[in-house]
Amino acid sequence: MSSAPDTVALVTTLAPRAKARPVIVQVLRNPVGAVCLVYIALVVVVGVFASMIAPMNPNATDLSMTNAPLFTDGYLLGGDSSGRDVLSRLIYGVRETLIGCVLVLGVSLILGVVAGLIAGYYRGTVERVTDFISDAIMTLPGIAFLIALYASVGPNMPLAMMVFGVIVAPTFFRLVRAVVVTVRGELYVDAAKVVGLSDVRIVGRHVLWAVRGPVVIHSAGILAAGIGIQAGLAFIGLGDPSVPSWGIILQESFQDIYRNPAGVIWPALIISVTILSFVLLGNVLRDVLQASGSAHTLRPARRRALVRQAKESPAEESVVSDDVVLSIRGLRMGYPDGPDSVHEVLHGVDLDLHRGEIHGLVGESGSGKSQIAFSILGILPAEAVPLGGSIVTGGVDVLRDDAGLRQVRGRRIGYIPQEPMSNLDPSFTVGDQLVYGLRAARKMSKTAARDRVRALLERVGITDADRVMTLYPHEISGGMAQRVLICGAIASDPDVIIADEPTTALDVTVQAEVLELLRELSLERGLAMVLVTHNLGVVADLCQSVSVMRDGEIVERGSVEKILSAPENPYTQELLTSSKSVELMEVGK
Amino acid sequence: MLLYIVKHLARAVGVFLTVTFATFVVMYGNGAGVARATLGMNASAQDVQRRMADLGLDRPLFVQYFDWLGGLFTGDLGRSYYTGQSVAGALGVRVPVTMSLIIVTLVLTVIISVFLGVAAAYYRGWVDRTVQVVAGLGAAIPSFIVAVVLVLVFAVNNPILPATGYVRPTDSVSGWLASITLPVISILIGTLGAAQIRGSVIDVLSRDFVRTLRARGISERAVVFRHVLRSASGPGIIAFGLLVVAMFGGTIFVEQVFALPGMGQLLNQSAQAGDVPMVMGCVLVTTIVVLVVNLIADLSNALLNPKARTR
Repeated sequence: MSSAPDTVALVTTLAPRAKARPVIVQVLRNPVGAVCLVYIALVVVVGVFASMIAPMNPNATDLSMTNAPLFTDGYLLGGDSSGRDVLSRLIYGVRETLIGCVLVLGVSLILGVVAGLIAGYYRGTVERVTDFISDAIMTLPGIAFLIALYASVGPNMPLAMMVFGVIVAPTFFRLVRAVVVTVRGELYVDAAKVVGLSDVRIVGRHVLWAVRGPVVIHSAGILAAGIGIQAGLAFIGLGDPSVPSWGIILQESFQDIYRNPAGVIWPALIISVTILSFVLLGNVLRDVLQASGSAHTLRPARRRALVRQAKESPAEESVVSDDVVLSIRGLRMGYPDGPDSVHEVLHGVDLDLHRGEIHGLVGESGSGKSQIAFSILGILPAEAVPLGGSIVTGGVDVLRDDAGLRQVRGRRIGYIPQEPMSNLDPSFTVGDQLVYGLRAARKMSKTAARDRVRALLERVGITDADRVMTLYPHEISGGMAQRVLICGAIASDPDVIIADEPTTALDVTVQAEVLELLRELSLERGLAMVLVTHNLGVVADLCQSVSVMRDGEIVERGSVEKILSAPENPYTQELLTSSKSVELMEVGK
Repeated sequence: MLLYIVKHLARAVGVFLTVTFATFVVMYGNGAGVARATLGMNASAQDVQRRMADLGLDRPLFVQYFDWLGGLFTGDLGRSYYTGQSVAGALGVRVPVTMSLIIVTLVLTVIISVFLGVAAAYYRGWVDRTVQVVAGLGAAIPSFIVAVVLVLVFAVNNPILPATGYVRPTDSVSGWLASITLPVISILIGTLGAAQIRGSVIDVLSRDFVRTLRARGISERAVVFRHVLRSASGPGIIAFGLLVVAMFGGTIFVEQVFALPGMGQLLNQSAQAGDVPMVMGCVLVTTIVVLVVNLIADLSNALLNPKARTR
């Protein structure tokens, strides 16, 4: 087929691209990575050429050198309890370590990766069977099993390490299977199947490419564990004493610890350093292979400086009349987009909310509506950086006064969230979380709080309040959950409610009921509300005044009648037109 | 919920039979080898034959396995080939030593891991990095290396704590504490589950309901310790179940270093001597404990989740 090369090229362009620089170069550019890699390379060279490098025969005894100190007559690291050269023994021990590493990694990689590829690619029965085997092996008390093995085969390091390879193979299996299942579902493998590439080529070309990162990272950890187990088994006496290995050397020196305390230091050090270099190399590889450029964090010092600057900047004085319950002036908020720079998302917002007023905050998603709502309550994500302005309610500037914010939150200002189901704690009953929240805001007895919550639940339209209070969030409907959340917001009798798209996640019929409830509550209690919404119909239905937001700024504000009938700003006009055409489309259905 | 328990119980029994049978085959598969090991390398073929008949090793492997399995119910797990001591009796003396190590280590692990994990997840920044590095390095260094260093520092160079031996808590509580302090630290350093706790706390902290609880005026301490920790405890308990398995591995090495007469030491000595019934007994106890701990972890996880509980 002449078209094959083209489709392969298409598929390849759809697959994630490799980084421009080879992984090895990136690892070497990292100081920790470079040190670890050089150390490991050194260990490998020493192990391969042990017989040429070691100054002595590792098993040659010289009784005059028993427990000799450092640098005695060519024994650079001194002698052991039998008068053998410690350095030469450690150098020969590298060989045993290398053989162990190769066996553990070889066996676990081949078993785990092959089984993982097959199970993840074909799924079904194959996956169930391999899954059961993997689970059974993982339940096996691995080390006890390795020791039990000694009882039937005696000291046999290569066999023990291969068995350990089998014991850890499920970790590779799970890793690879998970990656394969994800990759398989993605576009580029589907595309490859459509153009008729064989299974082997798909696995080779795309799936293996996707699993290589996690596998390389995990291999470093497996090697570290293998070295530890190998040395540990020899240390507790399951090694072959005639072959010098790190574990045997540690065991012999430990038995002599009271006569020659320093003897344990060298073997303990070389085992630890080698294990650590693999672990640290694994961390560096993770950073290099799984680098995520999305999350930016600000340097702590820079954050402190910005926050101090925002708090110290003088709040804009304004004449605020008595019936203003919430006053925002020049609010600026940003998010880090690098270690030292902040991207501003609110560019100086002013807003006054009067007693009993329902004020709509409209705009498309990303315009900053929710940022304002969250700022008022101090519930922005931890990364958010206040850059200036003030939010005053009840004489407290919640941006500057953290203690004041805690006094205001829940007591003076209530919050109605957007998604009812995800905003209830799934681990507590409806009654428990409402009563606990109320008692956190207002000092009252448990019974009094319970009675009040029950009465309010009935007020928001829940007929069997007693039963609902004993239910868990997963047992109630979305509409009922939103009523529960409204009850949670008004329970402590606040003056202001911040409602963030309170009806978006609800069915149309329930939406109308909830809006009606909010209107009644506002009239009944003189509640002021900031209603965040993208729906101009909701604004027309419920609000007295409205602010239109775009790109972090309020572009137009005024009474609902004025904005809806005679908008001045071109963006508001556009918003109105598009919302009308959406309504027409819905009517037309 | 009942169905859930039955299903998990059935799976545990299945894994138990698989694991013990696999071990049994490895141990007794070569009956002549087992018999010869008890006689020495110079034994004649007839001696080995007679010995196999004496020990019942000439029977089919399946028959031997079911015979051994039946012993579970009568409490008769056979006798040591060398000392003639009953396996069940030896385990009765050894297991409490190991369990006292593991229980103390587990309690400390849970307390320290929750504290470090929550701190790392809540404060992030340098606290997070420090906790991750400490827990990561602790998990990487084998327990026997930590044990050797502790002996060198606290028993040889500065004789503060005993380096060997075990004192039963019934004899002297302070003596018991002194005898297990270094062993417990050696295991503990490798089994801090702070990383798992950190991960699940970070996950829960990012959920919507946490924001709503804060907006309701609930204090930060109550949000974290009453609400967030409750939701994060499910994955945490599963992680601790796996750590108990790791602790059993750790005790084998640590009991050797500190000459503690626990089950790990018994397993090691019996394996080196070729005392197969003793080895089988130790594997049995380890497997049962591992399965029971994982079962308890699975069930508590389900109990903490109202969705699973009310089903």
